[in-house]
Amino acid sequence: MLIQSAASAGTNPLAGTAAGWMWAIPLLPLLGFLINGLVALTSAAHFGPADPTAASHAAHGDDDGAGHGDAHAAHASTRHRFAAVTSIVGPGVLVAAFLLAAAAFLAMRAVPDLSAPFVQRYFSWMPVGDLSVDVAFRLDQLSMVMVLVVTGVGMLIHIFSVGYMREDPGYPRYFAYLNLFVFFMLVLVLGANYPLLFIGWEGVGLCSYLLIGFWFSEKANADAGKKAFIVNRIGDFGFLIAMFLLFANYGTLDFSALQAQAGAFVFGGPLITAIALFFFLGCTGKSAQIPLYIWLPDAMAGPTPVSALIHAATMVTAGVYLIARSNFIFAAAPVAGLTVIVVGALTAFFAATIGLKQWDIKKVLAYSTVSQLGYMFVGVGAGAYVAGIFHLMTHAFFKALLFLGAGSVIHVMHEAYHHTHRHDDAQDMRNMGGLRKHMKVTWILMWIATLAISGIPPFSGFFSKDEILGTLFSRADGSTLAQAHWLGLPGTVVIYGAYALGLAAALLTAIYMTRLMLYTFHGPNRTGEQERAHLHEAPWVMTGPLVVLGILAAVGGWFNLPEIVTRALPLGPTGLLEHWLDPVVGAGTARVVGSGGEVAAGTEGLLIAVAVAIAVSGIAIAVTVLKPARLVPKAQASPEQGFERVLNNKYYVDEIYDAAVVRPTYDVSRNLLWRGIDTGLIDGLLVNGSAWLARLTGWIGSQFQSGQLGTYAWVLVLGVLLVLGAFHHSVLP
Amino acid sequence: MRPLDLAVPAQLMTALGPDLLLVAGAMLLLVWAAWRPPSTAHQRHVGFASLALALATGLYVISSLYAQRTATEGPIAVDNFRWMADVVILLGTVFAIALTIDDNARQDIGTAESHVLILFASAGMMLLAAAQDLMIVFLGVELMSLSVYALAGINRRSARGAEGALKYFLLGAFATAFLLYGMALVYGATGSTNLGDIASRIGELRLAGSPLLVIGVALMLIGFGFKVAAVPFHMWAPDVYDGAPSPITAYMAATVKAAAFAALLRVWMEAFPAAFDAWRPAVAGLAVATMIVGNAVGLAQRNIKRMLAYSSIAHAGFLLVALAAGSGQAGSALLFYLLAYTLATFGAFAVIIVLSRQDDRPVMIDDLAGLWGVRPWLALGMGILMLSLLGFPVFGGAGFFAKWYVLQAALQAPAPQVALAVILVLTTVVSAGYYLSVVMVMFMKPRPDDAPAPGPTPGLTRAVLLVSVLAILVLGLVPDQLVGLARAGALRATPVTVAPITARAPRP
Repeated sequence: MLIQSAASAGTNPLAGTAAGWMWAIPLLPLLGFLINGLVALTSAAHFGPADPTAASHAAHGDDDGAGHGDAHAAHASTRHRFAAVTSIVGPGVLVAAFLLAAAAFLAMRAVPDLSAPFVQRYFSWMPVGDLSVDVAFRLDQLSMVMVLVVTGVGMLIHIFSVGYMREDPGYPRYFAYLNLFVFFMLVLVLGANYPLLFIGWEGVGLCSYLLIGFWFSEKANADAGKKAFIVNRIGDFGFLIAMFLLFANYGTLDFSALQAQAGAFVFGGPLITAIALFFFLGCTGKSAQIPLYIWLPDAMAGPTPVSALIHAATMVTAGVYLIARSNFIFAAAPVAGLTVIVVGALTAFFAATIGLKQWDIKKVLAYSTVSQLGYMFVGVGAGAYVAGIFHLMTHAFFKALLFLGAGSVIHVMHEAYHHTHRHDDAQDMRNMGGLRKHMKVTWILMWIATLAISGIPPFSGFFSKDEILGTLFSRADGSTLAQAHWLGLPGTVVIYGAYALGLAAALLTAIYMTRLMLYTFHGPNRTGEQERAHLHEAPWVMTGPLVVLGILAAVGGWFNLPEIVTRALPLGPTGLLEHWLDPVVGAGTARVVGSGGEVAAGTEGLLIAVAVAIAVSGIAIAVTVLKPARLVPKAQASPEQGFERVLNNKYYVDEIYDAAVVRPTYDVSRNLLWRGIDTGLIDGLLVNGSAWLARLTGWIGSQFQSGQLGTYAWVLVLGVLLVLGAFHHSVLP
Repeated sequence: MRPLDLAVPAQLMTALGPDLLLVAGAMLLLVWAAWRPPSTAHQRHVGFASLALALATGLYVISSLYAQRTATEGPIAVDNFRWMADVVILLGTVFAIALTIDDNARQDIGTAESHVLILFASAGMMLLAAAQDLMIVFLGVELMSLSVYALAGINRRSARGAEGALKYFLLGAFATAFLLYGMALVYGATGSTNLGDIASRIGELRLAGSPLLVIGVALMLIGFGFKVAAVPFHMWAPDVYDGAPSPITAYMAATVKAAAFAALLRVWMEAFPAAFDAWRPAVAGLAVATMIVGNAVGLAQRNIKRMLAYSSIAHAGFLLVALAAGSGQAGSALLFYLLAYTLATFGAFAVIIVLSRQDDRPVMIDDLAGLWGVRPWLALGMGILMLSLLGFPVFGGAGFFAKWYVLQAALQAPAPQVALAVILVLTTVVSAGYYLSVVMVMFMKPRPDDAPAPGPTPGLTRAVLLVSVLAILVLGLVPDQLVGLARAGALRATPVTVAPITARAPRP
């Protein structure tokens, strides 16, 4: 394996450095999966729901009659005897992978002007006819950033999980899945060709399914897992078609080989546009964009660290990575780029409106994630690949922080309910309130994340969101996007519309995030007298990762400071990430920019001022309008009326899909395909019919088997005549 | 290379060493078997001596195989095809003797002649595999058949056995007449009984359309068709297989078939390749009829020995597909198939012997109900054997590759037999109906309360079962080794020249 890779990568300056060990980065989590999987198998009989976040507490029914001591004893006994192994191996492999990734990063930094990707070929995977797919990893600046985010944030979330999942009987199984997820995610970002990327893409989908339905003994959780899986299949169909089209027309699926042909792509031609759009269909599934976003909110049925890692920080951003990785394709297809912008902007706005009226703390964050992913797509759609990846990175920091913070809150709420044997919703914000007194660290850290996501300087989200919106604005003039038409609309109009939607979404983001903070941490406490005594800060194994993420969420903007800031304030280097990613996405960006350019400094300053003003006013509106003191616990709350109700019910999109797609499909499957074709035609006529025919033949045959020698001789002579007859044709006269 | 001169002792040993060893040993054992009064101990002793003789002959054959002793021309073929066929035949011989020792003990049979008869039959089979002359073919057929007629009725206390043996003898004599008549006509047409000479004369004298030759070939096909139990010459098989003692049934189903097919393939590939157009439709027709009738009638059987009899008929159909392909590949495909089939058949009959009772009552498929509960290893072994006969991948081991190679031979032949391949696959699906029903009954049906537990597995039966199951699984994982050998044993057949249909001489 190493010999092969050395031969192919010998010329790359990274060969022989720590980057040469990149194959070990995904293998470490795979090793963790195997070990934890073995541990989990030894306790396979002990699964069961111990869902600290589930809305229904019916699962704890068997605790009801028992006293406190019994309940705890029961909990202690569910702890697996090798749980300590899992606690060390699970996060340990991630720490090791992160250190290795960091070493590879330093090795890359040490090479000046590294332009060629470092590709290691391990073996030929699919050498079929013209198709040749290698199992090969490709380390370049883009995959390096992704590997660092995945292993770094992944490591923190793994450590957090040690505290969060401690009491769960499925503890080793949980870590096995989580390790497996990281393995596939790393295959996704390191794969050197589309099929390998697709392996990772499908693998993370599988792990997502397994983890959403982690507490599968409750039907809603299992259903949510299935929903995610099925909706993603629609997107994967697009991905596959795009791959087929690429191979059929360009004869390869390797990134480098395709990029080398990028000059031959017909700019804006139907083929390349179709490929880009099919890839984007895959993205809408994996990254929860309109129209396939519906699975992500339901995916919150999984454990909260899973929501943080998979459904906020890493997996759902795979679509953004895919477009950045395929920048040479999207840069040649401006119509596809405009589509990405429109869908991204609409999703950002639409999801933000739903986030306004959710009561479940995780649902708010879920819609917020959908909305923020929309921003990222606006970025990569506009050819601002750096901005998209930058927002992906900062979002990974602050959204992981928000989810883990919410996880701490839920954990604490759940424990309080558990102590008092109350069955109530530990995720509903109406049951919270005033938690800042009890959970000071979480409260401060979540405010940092809230300010970051709202776009308040100097927190990280401000820089990345501003870069997306600013670049989008600059694309309205002179770029290839502006010159293209989208459904008859000039590109410029589309871009300005998307920009407006982005600003509106920014306002809504500030409002719903402030609302979440106010209802959860401020105002009077609505938990209940008895429960209040049990509210306390989460243990350090949980708050520790939060602090690290808090620091990153606060200062993450440093990674890519805009020039306008560095000119005014000596904060650090300008456009670090931009320079870093330039070898990968620079050409694609330049192709999109075309004859356009940067906006004037004055205009840029004005745009920033507007964005900040919008964010500040969003927070101000939320603070003045919302009155946490008036809120009543969920059990006493009256249902919403009017438009609020529509928002609370998420525009009834699930119901519409159900009526328009799910029901008809189900009816056709059940009545026509199952009852009609499968049972009737195939089982009835073909399967049973042929079995009947075979039996009939058999019966006729056995009738000749009379046992009478005369019959046998008679049949033999008949056979002789038949054989002689068969030879008759060849006898020449 | 010059033909071997059988008058020179060293060359005689090269050509017929293993055969002579077997025949000489069998003569001595015959004397010993008749020397002492029948007793259980005596039949065991003679049985073990026969086993040792068969094993020694087998080692001799294997050494000849690895020494690459080959020679061309002459009445005796000395090539790897023969040595490989001998390996299959002797494997069946060893299995049959081992099972007979246990089965005789179970049925309290003290006569020792069954072992010796098996040895003589095997000597005939080895002659068949070696025959490169029609006279030697006939000699082999008769030596084999006469011994097997006697073996079929060896259990003189069984009425069904006696009835089956008599039917076998009468119909067999009838069929042998066809074979002999066919040989005579072929000799009449070509003036030679040597396979190579026949082939060259057919070519030189343009005899492919001569009525004398064509009818001769047809009659020979009928004779061989009877020996391999091809439909419609199969009527004897179920009755004979059902009536004979189980080890002999396995021996007839697997080993007799293997020898007959080895001879059939050699004669057809070495003597009649030029008449391919003439015999292909008949062989294909026999293959189709055999596959369909064997598998379909197999579905209707409840008696497991009769079921395996039809299964054996069906397998003959699959092997005829390899013959119809008429390519060099057919030889190695056929040998591999015969080996896999021999292993699976003897294994299955070993299970039947374990399940048989003292009385003459046949073992029914329902008698296997819930076997998994009482004898899990036996059920597991039987399951693997059934899957192997079905040709199931991985769990069916070698059975899958056996079918695969036959299909490959049929499809990659100069004249691809697509229709035959399709029928092979479809009838295999039908065969799943009875193979899997055995598996289903063993694992999924509850055992009736009044069903007696099967007796203990005797040592030799256990050994046969273990060896066959393990060999099937191992060959399923690494078939390459053996296929390499079998390929080396591919017949040095004169390449079949396939004349396009349109090129045939027009009829007036």
